[in-house]
Amino acid sequence: MAASGSNRSATPAVVSPNGADQAEAIKAIRLRHPWRNIVAVVLVAMLALFVLDAAQREAYGWENFAKYIFDQRISQAAGYTLLLTVYSMVIAIILGVTLAVMRLSENPVVKGIAWLYLWVFRGTPVYVQLVFWGLFATIYSTIDIGIPFTEPWLSFETNDLISVFWLAVIGLALNESAYMAEIVRAGILSVDKGQDEAATALGMSWMQTMTRVVIPQAMRIIIPPTGNEVISMLKTTSLVTAIPFSLELYGRSRDISVVIFDPIPLLLVASAWYLLFTSILMVGQYFLEKRFSRGVGQARPDKAGTETGAITLKTGVISTPGAASAADGDAGSDASTDPSGKEHQ
Amino acid sequence: MMNAATSGVPMVHADRVSKSFGSNEVLKSISLSVPQGEVMCLVGPSGSGKSTFLRCINHLERVDAGRLSVEGVLVGYEERGDKLYELKPREAARQRRDIGMVFQRFNLFPHMTALENIIEAPIRVNKVKKEAAVAHAQELLARVGLAGKADAYPAHLSGGQQQRVAIARALAMEPKLMLFDEPTSALDPELVGEVLDVMKGLAESGMTMIVVTHEMGFAREVADQLVFMDGGVVVESGDPDQVLGNPQHERTKAFLSKVL
Repeated sequence: MAASGSNRSATPAVVSPNGADQAEAIKAIRLRHPWRNIVAVVLVAMLALFVLDAAQREAYGWENFAKYIFDQRISQAAGYTLLLTVYSMVIAIILGVTLAVMRLSENPVVKGIAWLYLWVFRGTPVYVQLVFWGLFATIYSTIDIGIPFTEPWLSFETNDLISVFWLAVIGLALNESAYMAEIVRAGILSVDKGQDEAATALGMSWMQTMTRVVIPQAMRIIIPPTGNEVISMLKTTSLVTAIPFSLELYGRSRDISVVIFDPIPLLLVASAWYLLFTSILMVGQYFLEKRFSRGVGQARPDKAGTETGAITLKTGVISTPGAASAADGDAGSDASTDPSGKEHQ
Repeated sequence: MMNAATSGVPMVHADRVSKSFGSNEVLKSISLSVPQGEVMCLVGPSGSGKSTFLRCINHLERVDAGRLSVEGVLVGYEERGDKLYELKPREAARQRRDIGMVFQRFNLFPHMTALENIIEAPIRVNKVKKEAAVAHAQELLARVGLAGKADAYPAHLSGGQQQRVAIARALAMEPKLMLFDEPTSALDPELVGEVLDVMKGLAESGMTMIVVTHEMGFAREVADQLVFMDGGVVVESGDPDQVLGNPQHERTKAFLSKVL
């Protein structure tokens, strides 16, 4: 590192094409950071030691890890984990948007109901809620359709109607929707009031204003924490053994480990799969965030057509400095805070 | 006043309009009238109620007392028998369609290009076909001098350009009345002229306009009627040259001595 630093300072000053009497580039000896290097070496050494040790340690049972990592039961379980995550997140987002709009309603009863929902579902642990959902059929043995306090027209056995899988989805979704509601609400509130007024003044209805003007702008604030929620949900699915539903990753690997009397390699198997999925999700989140930041502050190099823009478009990573000067008009309205501030178990 | 006689009802008529925010009375019995095709400029210190009055005209704020009408139709209310009924949101929205509004902070939709900003309301609200809306939007952009900026996002436009797009957006609804709420107050001084030029052109084309402004030169040149407001009341009104050149009230004199 130190060598490359001194190399760079030795490069001669380049005469710029337009300015003939430009000052000479500074050739200074770079400041050294010896402690940085020492700390780095120590950390790498410790990591290497740990890896070497873990590779040889009996208890990790690497043969069993290798044997089960692509076991069909495990990959099926991974599929169930993904299904649980996707279904419960989709339901949670729909419910969350509904709850967020309810909380912003001018009707105090509607507002109060939404608040009550959030109070209950954020105020109790998700594990406890899942155990409750597992006992749903015990509490409500039949589901009746009809007029209350009269003979029902239709009556279903709860156990026939809802499978354990769907109880797990419902349990996860209802809990998650409370958090999603706060995220969506923060997103909606972050949109400048003037946007709402401009749309209203143009004669747009409430629904048009929300779907065309407010929500698209709120998405920029909503997406990053929602990505975190998806990743969090993927891991929370391991708690559905509380219902009990045990066909997903963690439950399945536990079941196998009980049979072979070797829990540790199967925990590693499950962890590896979880890590794979969360890594994929993180990449996806990155691209979604880019998509929804269009037009706001950051450049749209393909439209701006500046010289720097053409270059950064290829890499697609860095915003162009050329557009920053024009962006000050709307910069004031972004209050991007993580709205939920929550603590999952 | 000549126009009013020929075309009958005034475009905007306010009869003892009052408005309070809590215990703060912002408008105190405002009475004024804007004939069709005329330009009225509202001037006065900040907090004098100019913007609130403007916002009452398209029912962004609700009037507490008095009668406010546009082309003889009450704003935000309906009179049946001897009772006033508040309009449903859908009916209020219908009234607003015919009234264009331009804001101090532009309030363009930042996630849409200039063109998309302009065609949004015609397509969604007036159900205009997309091709027709785009063609009209291109015309309007050319009219405000931004023919080449159709695909630019607001963040890539200067303040003056953004405000001109905002004017084009309001015009796309083919309004019969345009409200301007301090359209140049958020602009750098060298960008004010381009926006005022567009507004002058609009006034010359016969658009009825109410302009809240601090640009006295513009008011003198374009306005048919100048109204000076302070503390929620109309202190003085009349021909701009008269009011600006020979103010009758002490408060008008004091204000003008600071801004002219």
